[in-house]
Parts: sequence; structure tokens; C-alpha cells
Amino acid sequence: MVTERKAPPGTDTNDLVRQQWLRNRVHWRFGLYVVALLAFIGAMVVVERLGAPRAWIAAIFLLAPVALYASVGLACRTTNTAQYFVAGRSVPAVYNGMAIGADWMSVASFMGLAGLLYANGYGGLAYVLGWTGGFVLLGLYVAPYLRKFGQYTIPDFLGERYASRWPRLFAVIVTVLCSLMYVVAQIYGVGLITSRLTGFTFEIGVFLGLGGILVCSFLGGMRAVTWTQVTQYVILAVAFLVPVVWLSVKQTGSPLPHAAVGQQLKKVTERERELLADPREQQVRALFVEETARYDQMLLDPAASLASERAQLQQQFSQASRSGGGQRDMRSAERAWHQLPKDVDMAREAWTRARDAAEDRSRPLAGMPPQAQLFAGDPNGDAPQRATFHESRLNFLALVFCLMAGTAGMPHILARFYTTPTVREARQSVTWAVLFIAIIYITAPTLAVLLKFEVLNSVVGLRFDQLPRWITEWSKVDPLLLSVVDINRDGVLQLGEMRINSDIMVLATPEIGGMPFVLSCLVAAGALAAALSTADGLLLTTANALSHDLYFKIIDPDAPTNRRVTISKVVLLVVAMLAAYIATRKPAEILLLVTPVFSVAAATIFPALVLGAFWKRANAMGATAGMLTGLAVTLYYLGTRHPSLRALTSQVGPVELWWGVQSASAGVFGVPAAFLANAVVSLLTRPDENSVGFVDDIRLPEGG
Amino acid sequence: MTGTQDRQLAARARHWAGNQRLVILLTIAWLLVTFVPPFLARDLPFDVFGTPLPMWLAAQGAPIAYVLIVWLYERRMDRLDRELNQTHGD
Repeated sequence: MVTERKAPPGTDTNDLVRQQWLRNRVHWRFGLYVVALLAFIGAMVVVERLGAPRAWIAAIFLLAPVALYASVGLACRTTNTAQYFVAGRSVPAVYNGMAIGADWMSVASFMGLAGLLYANGYGGLAYVLGWTGGFVLLGLYVAPYLRKFGQYTIPDFLGERYASRWPRLFAVIVTVLCSLMYVVAQIYGVGLITSRLTGFTFEIGVFLGLGGILVCSFLGGMRAVTWTQVTQYVILAVAFLVPVVWLSVKQTGSPLPHAAVGQQLKKVTERERELLADPREQQVRALFVEETARYDQMLLDPAASLASERAQLQQQFSQASRSGGGQRDMRSAERAWHQLPKDVDMAREAWTRARDAAEDRSRPLAGMPPQAQLFAGDPNGDAPQRATFHESRLNFLALVFCLMAGTAGMPHILARFYTTPTVREARQSVTWAVLFIAIIYITAPTLAVLLKFEVLNSVVGLRFDQLPRWITEWSKVDPLLLSVVDINRDGVLQLGEMRINSDIMVLATPEIGGMPFVLSCLVAAGALAAALSTADGLLLTTANALSHDLYFKIIDPDAPTNRRVTISKVVLLVVAMLAAYIATRKPAEILLLVTPVFSVAAATIFPALVLGAFWKRANAMGATAGMLTGLAVTLYYLGTRHPSLRALTSQVGPVELWWGVQSASAGVFGVPAAFLANAVVSLLTRPDENSVGFVDDIRLPEGG
Repeated sequence: MTGTQDRQLAARARHWAGNQRLVILLTIAWLLVTFVPPFLARDLPFDVFGTPLPMWLAAQGAPIAYVLIVWLYERRMDRLDRELNQTHGD
């Protein structure tokens, strides 16, 4: 097998020949797989045409990929330490790039991003910029040095570079904190998709998905995860791109959506202007203003309002039963009774949500900014307009910064750079990774515009008795995901009368565009691949940080090496169960915490890594102080400003933002604080002579 | 013997200096592509394929530029590595 040994040119020709042979074999297998996948999709389209039942097709699309991932995972099972932790350092650059792509494309990127761009327009592009541009920092400042160091984990690097257990310990804490939060969000997504596809309950969906995740990571560690991620990248890329091309051909006749999107954006802008002037849209908005006011009134005294609602329904009941025959009235009253909140707390919560939704829809274009608008507010307007503009722009830039620095500090991505054979291939795999990621990320904004065009032109203006099936089906799944209401009773759907949760936009794209059912299944399979691959990487990273760094390096350095992999597997199982348990509690707050996780990684791991490679004078005290300061500043700002965390710790009172920066971008303060603290404390304490050799060594490429 | 060692040390220093120069240059490119267009967004009235320039840059231009930046880094570093290895091979 390919081992950790590097082969300088001309020293060991046999080894080189063997490496080349292995590589060719991988290329062949990969090519075969792609062809087989496309053939499979084509065959399924034919099967659908022949009239196969939908439930079968959905089941095949759910089971076949998971069976594929499982067999790849099984084929790669291992108990060898290097194989388990770093895939034997034998992953060619292009496949490492693909694995990073799958590792990176989380369920939020796959399902949520295009929907976010649909709803928020330019503001959502901060994620596109942040989640691609972060790889520039990663490639220039971190990846080559990690690979040259060539151990197993990120805490490993910090622990050895600073020759102290404290940076290692903090890195373990941050790794576990970030990865666990992130993995819960993935498992939550897996549960959602599985239960949608199979009709099982959410909890069973979560544990089915967990089985899929564990099959890959448990037996084969990094080696199995790498090759399943490669498989998953192909599926998610195909699943993301095909519907977009389809929409583009349908709307413009061009199979190149990225070029055709400009003309569609122009048409969207025109249509938005029409809708803004449409008297019926204005009527709908006025009605929602009234509804908002009604909820405000009810929220003034929820207990009394709930009582009067109950009394009113009871009256309807008795009226309906007295008049006899009113089966329909009875049933609707009964339904309304069941929908009524059970107690005052639930009433307050439900009405606040309904009030906010009504307020959203009382705004122009159902609360969405015009698709082509750059930032809210107006730099040349009056004072509040100017303030809105500056705040909007500042928060965009701040979010971009935090996402980028966070990307370069995400442990599960960083660990992937240990798996290439050489430093050179680590650098190459950065290029491949950005390429594979950018392919998806530049398509998401395109999809958003095409979807907006489709909705504004083919959905708005439909008659309520002719609504397409996807609208009724999705609103049946959960009215929170999609709901329509003919509030002005004109029998025609206005934009303001439809409410779509942006998270379902991508899953619903094939249905919105009138594509075959097979594509709906393909998109769901892609979303599942995105969730599973990210969850795999995160679980493995968390487990490795705990077992390798906490147990072997800090608690029990004398533990025999043959026990390493076993203990890692046990930890992995425990972490997976814990994450699944948290996910089944349906913590909506966790999903809101995914973005802040980037701020935390940015303010702790990123500065320590960069200074570790670029500044010899940085020492253990400095690194520890830097990580502590970064963590403290970020967590303080998050903890006192983030709505979820405030709710969790029941803080009340007004929120005072620093310069108007939103809490999720706490890294804007945390990152400079961490760099500064590291530099100041390093300079104030004694230099560490021993680390100079270490730094010189990681700066050299192989053969040096 | 010391002569070779000195030469090797000098070559390593050159390699690192070249790396640093490259990193600084590409970081500037990255900064320009990332932060300047959104900052000036309202003052850039051009269209690219029908999309306003700042929007096109954020949606497509910048990600493509990032691919180019890391690709350039990879290529230039390969050359620096080769130069270093030649000195070492002497």
C-alpha cells in the first residue's frame, strides 16, 4: 500500500510505478461510477414514463444511494491508525478536493442557500462570498503547513507547534463545540428529508439517517469517509445542477443558466415593479396590516384573548349543531378548536409568530427586497435611510469576514489536508476544492433568480381553484413550510397571499418548474448526500479530537497504540448518539447557531494557526492568551446579543449592538482581539527557542 | 561542507521570502475582489450580462477569482519548490 513515505524522484521507481498504477485504478473506478450514476438516473426517468408508482421511485432513490455509501464504507473498513485517522495519506489532490467539497456542502448550503438568496437577494450573497473566499485564506495561510506537519488533528498541530498542552486543550474544546453544534444541524436535516421521503416520523428519520452516517465513518474512519464523500459530491453536484439547467432551458431556451440569468433578472425587476403597483397586491397588504394590528391587540392580554377565542368557537359549535345539517360548519369549527393554542404561553408564542408573518406580508413584495437591490436603505436619502444603508453594508462586510476566517478555522475541513500524499498535492487540492465548491455556489444565485421568475410569472395570478399540486401537497406537510390564503377573496393568488419557507425552495424546485418526479427524488437524494457527508466529517473530527488529543495526548499518553482506533470508534459512537438525541429534541435554536459557529472558529483556531506558521516569535503563552481572548470576546458578544442564546438564558432588556454589528458576526471583534492578545503576550513572555526548528521545518516543502 | 550548508540556508530563506511575497500579493488581490465591490456597490452602475456589476461579482465573479488566486499560488509555489530542490540536489 501507499504509505507515509514520500518518493523523491529517482530513488524508488517501483514505488512510483505502483503509485501511478493505484492512481489510474482510482480514476477508472471513478469514471465508471459517474457513467453508472448518469445511466441510473436516465433509467429511472424511463421507468417513470412507463408508469411506475411514485412511492417505488422515491424508495429506490432513498435506498440505492445509502446502500452505495454503505458498501463504500464497508470496503474501506480499517483498524490501521494512519488509515483510520488520515486515510493513509494517499488521497490524490482531485479526490481530496471533491471530498472537501462534499464535506463543505452542508445541508444548509444545499437546501437553504438558494432559498435565502430568493428571499433576501443581494444580502444572501455574503454567504456565497464567505464560503468560497475562505478557501483562499485556507490555501495561502494554513493548508500547506498542516500537511507538512503531517500528524493527525488540528489540536495536534497547535499542541506541537506551541509545545504546550493548553493550546491543544482549547483547540479540542473549540473543535467539539463547533463540530457538535454543526453536526446536530446536519442530523436534523437528515431526519427532515428521510421523514419526508419515507413518511416515517421525524425521530425514526433521524435514527435511520444516523445509521447511514455511522456505516461510513465507524468502520473505516477517514479512509471510508473520504471515498464516500467523493461519491456523495458527484450525487449532490448532479442533483443541484440538473434542475437549474432544466429551468434555464424552459425559461430562456439556453442551457447555460449562468449566462442567461442576467436577462431573467431584468424581467424579474420589471415584474416586481408591476406587482408593486398592482392594486390587488396593495389590497392584500392593507389586509395584512389590519391582521398585524389584530394580533397586536390579542397579544396585549393573551389570557383574556384566548378565553374569548374559546367562547367564540363554542358559540359557533352550538350554533352549527342547533341549525343541524351544518356538517361543514361543524367540521371547520372543530378544526379551529384543535388549532387553538392549549395554554397562555403557547398562545403568546403562536400569535407572535403569526403576527410577524402577517407583518412580513404587509410589506411590499411579501417582505422580500427587490431581487436586484444592493443593500437596504439609501445613501443619498434622509438620516434614517442613510443609517439603514450603512448598517446593511457594514453587516454584509462583517458577515463575509467572519465566514471567511471561520472557513479557514473549521477543524473538519482542515483535517482533510492531512490526507494528501504531499504538500504539493495539499496545495493542489485547495484549488480543486474551491473549484468544486464554486460550481455549486455560483449556481445557487442563478437558481434563486430563475425561481423568482417562475414564481412571479407562473404562480402569482393563478386561480385558487387551479393551484398546482405542489402547493397543496407542501402545505399539507406543514403549513409553516408553505401556506396560501385568499385573504382578499378575489379567487386569485397574489404574491402577498403565499408564504414559503425558504428552506424548501430547492427541494420544491423540480415541482415548481414542472419537472419529472425523478428529479424531485434526485434533489432529495442530493440534499441527503450533502447532509450525510458533512455529518460524517464532523463526527469523525469531534471523535478524533476527543480520543486522540484529549485522551492520548493529555490524559493517558502511555496508552498502547493498538487501542487508539478502538477508543476512537467508541467515542464516535457516543458523540453520534448524543448528537442524534439533541437533534430529536428539534432545537430550532441550533439551526440559528450555525452561522455564529463560524465566528467562534474564526476567533480561536484561525489566528493560532496563522501565527503558528508565519511568526516564529509566537509562543505557548501567546497562543493560549489569544485563543482565550478570542473565545471570550466572541462568546460574550454572542451570549449577550444573539436572540437564541438570550432566549436560552432568559435575558431581557434592550440589545445594544456595537456599531450595529449583528451578533452572528461576533468574530469581527473576536478575530482582531485574538491576534492582538497572541502578539502582545508572546512579546511580553520569553521566546521559545525550540519552536524555531519546528517552524523552519513546516515552511519547507518535501525533499528540503 | 559549510559552503553547501550556507547555500542551502540561503536557498531556504529565498524560498520563504518568495512564498511571503506571493502570499502578500495574492492576499491583496483577495481583499480587492472581496471587500471593495460590496463597499462601492451603489456607485458601480455597470451591467455584466444584464446583472448589476456588484451583484455579478458577488454571485459569480469573486468565486471564479478565488479559484484563479489559489491556482496561481499553487503554480508559483511549485516553481519555488523546484528551485529550492535544485539547490539541494547539488
